[in-house]
Amino acid sequence: MKEAVKCEGLSKTFKRKEKVVALDNVSFTIPKNEVFGIVGPNGSGKSTLIRILSTLLIPDNGYAQIFGHDVVREYSKVRPLINRVSVDAAFFKGISAWENLRYAGRLYGLGSKETKQKTLDILGQLGFDEKRYYEPLENLSRGMQQKIAIARAFFTAPMLLLLDEPTTGLDPRSKMEVQEFVHRAMDSNGLTIVLTTHDMKEAESLCDRVAIIIKGRFVALEKPSTLLKKSGKSNLEEVFIDITGKEWKEIEYES
Amino acid sequence: MNLKAQAYGSIAFIERNFALIKRYIGWEVVFLTYNIVNALAIGLIGARMGKDMVLYLVVGAMVWGFLSILFHEISESIAWERWEGTIEYTFMAPINRFTHLIGNCLHAVTYGVIRSTLILVLVVLFFGISLKGANLPALVIILIVSGLSFVGLGLIAAVLPLLSTEKGAYATHIFEAVLLLVSGVYYEIEVLPVWIRPLSYISPATYTLRAMRAALLQGTGLGELLPTIVLLLVTGSILIPLGIIVFRQAEFYAKKTGKLKRSG
Ligand SMILES: Nc1ncnc2c1ncn2[C@@H]1O[C@H](COP(=O)(O)OP(=O)(O)O)[C@@H](O)[C@H]1O
Ligand SMILES: [Mg+2]
Repeated sequence: MKEAVKCEGLSKTFKRKEKVVALDNVSFTIPKNEVFGIVGPNGSGKSTLIRILSTLLIPDNGYAQIFGHDVVREYSKVRPLINRVSVDAAFFKGISAWENLRYAGRLYGLGSKETKQKTLDILGQLGFDEKRYYEPLENLSRGMQQKIAIARAFFTAPMLLLLDEPTTGLDPRSKMEVQEFVHRAMDSNGLTIVLTTHDMKEAESLCDRVAIIIKGRFVALEKPSTLLKKSGKSNLEEVFIDITGKEWKEIEYES
Repeated sequence: MNLKAQAYGSIAFIERNFALIKRYIGWEVVFLTYNIVNALAIGLIGARMGKDMVLYLVVGAMVWGFLSILFHEISESIAWERWEGTIEYTFMAPINRFTHLIGNCLHAVTYGVIRSTLILVLVVLFFGISLKGANLPALVIILIVSGLSFVGLGLIAAVLPLLSTEKGAYATHIFEAVLLLVSGVYYEIEVLPVWIRPLSYISPATYTLRAMRAALLQGTGLGELLPTIVLLLVTGSILIPLGIIVFRQAEFYAKKTGKLKRSG
C-alpha cells in the first residue's frame, strides 16, 4: 500500500488586496497509521494545507496525493477516503444533530438507521447527552457542536482524518473528551490522522510526528521526542522558541 | 460510488431541504399566505372584466410563483450552505455535483408544484370559477415541462451565491426582476417597448405563460400545444446541462481562488 499522504512542493498564494503566501513549497509524506501533527500560530497556513488535502482548494504549485490519488485530478477517488473536522463546527444550525448527520450520512451512501446507530455510539463515547440529539443545533454549546462535528467525521469510516484544530476554543472538559476519543481512535486499524493544533501539549501527547509550520513553511518535522532531544529542551513550546527565536505568543500577536 | 448510490444521495438534499422547511414552518405559512393573497389580489384586478381576465391574471401569479420558487430554492440552497459553512462538507463528500444539484432541483420542483397547485385550487374556489372548458392535464404537463427550463436558469443563478454570498443574492434578484418584466406575466408582451421584446422571446416564461393560458382559457389540446412543449423540453435540456457545467466551472474557480471558505 502507498503512503497515506504525499505532498511535494505545495504552494498556495491568495490574491486579495495584497498577496498572501499561505503555503510555500511544502513537502512531506505520512505513512499509513500515523498521527501527523501540524503546529503553528494563527495564519501560518495549517488550514490551507488541510483544505488542499480535502480537495477544497487547488494548489498553485506542487501536488498532493492521498493513498496514491492526486487530490486535484482524482478527487473523486480521494473523497470517499477522507473526512474532516474544522475549528468552526459548520452545520445547518436550525435543525437537529440527527437531521444534520442523516444528511451527512446519505452523502457517503449510509442509510438513516446506520447513521443513527454509528453516530450515537460515537457521541456516547464523547459524553454527549443523547436527549439533545434531536434539538436544533443552535441551542447547543460550542463543545457539544464540536462533538457532533467529530461524530460526522468519524462515522463515515474514513481512512484519512483531517482534524483542523478540533479542540481550539473548547472548554477544558470537552477538550479532554475529544482528545481521549482521538487517542482511542488512533489504535483502530488503518486510520491515519492529520491533526493541526495550537496546543503544544496536545501535539506532544497525540502525535507520532510533528511539523512546525511558520508563514507557510515547515521549519521542523520530527518525532516529538526527537525534537526535544535534539534541542535539549523539556517541552515543545521551548523547542518552538528555540527554532523561531520567538515566543509562541509573540508570533500569534504578529499575525 | 455507483449510479444507485448517486440516486440515493440525491435524497439527502430533498430530505434536508424539507427538514429546513419544517424547522422554519412559520415562515412557510407566511410566504404561502402572502402568495395566496397576492394571487387573489391580482385576480381581483380582473374581477369586473369577467372570468377569463381573472384566470388570465391568476395564471400569471401562479407561473410567477412557480418560477420564483424554483429559482430561489435552488440558488438559496447554495447560498444557505455558504452562510452556514456546510458547503465545504458537501463539496468534499463523495457525491457527484450532478447528484447534488439534481437533488436540490427535485426538491424545488416538488415543492413548487405542490404550492402552485394549492394556489390555483384556492383561487378557483375563491372566485367560484368553473374550469369546465379548461384542459387541466395540459396545464400540469406544461407546468412541469417549464420547470426544466426554470431549473436550468436557477442553476445558472446559483453560481452567483457560490462565488459571493451577498452580491450573489443581489444579482439573483435583479435577474428575476428582469424576467418578471419581459415575460408577459400580467400582460401581453406586445405592450412592451420594441427594444425590450427580444428579451421576451428568449425567456422560457413567455412561452409557458402563453401555453398555460391557452390550456386554461380556451381548453387548447395537447396536440396544438405540442410545439411549445417541445420547445420548453429542448430549452430545458439545454439549460440544465449548461447550468451544471457553469456551476462546475464556478466551483473550480472558487477552489482555485479560495472563495469557498467562510472562516477558520
Ligand atoms: N480562502 C482564503 N482567501 C484569502 N486568504 C486566505 C484564505 N485562506 C487563508 N488565507 C490567508 O492565508 C494565510 C494562512 O491561513 P490559514 O491557512 O487559515 O492559517 P492557519 O490555519 O494556520 O491559521 C492567512 O494569512 C490567511 O488570512
Ligand atoms: Mg486554521
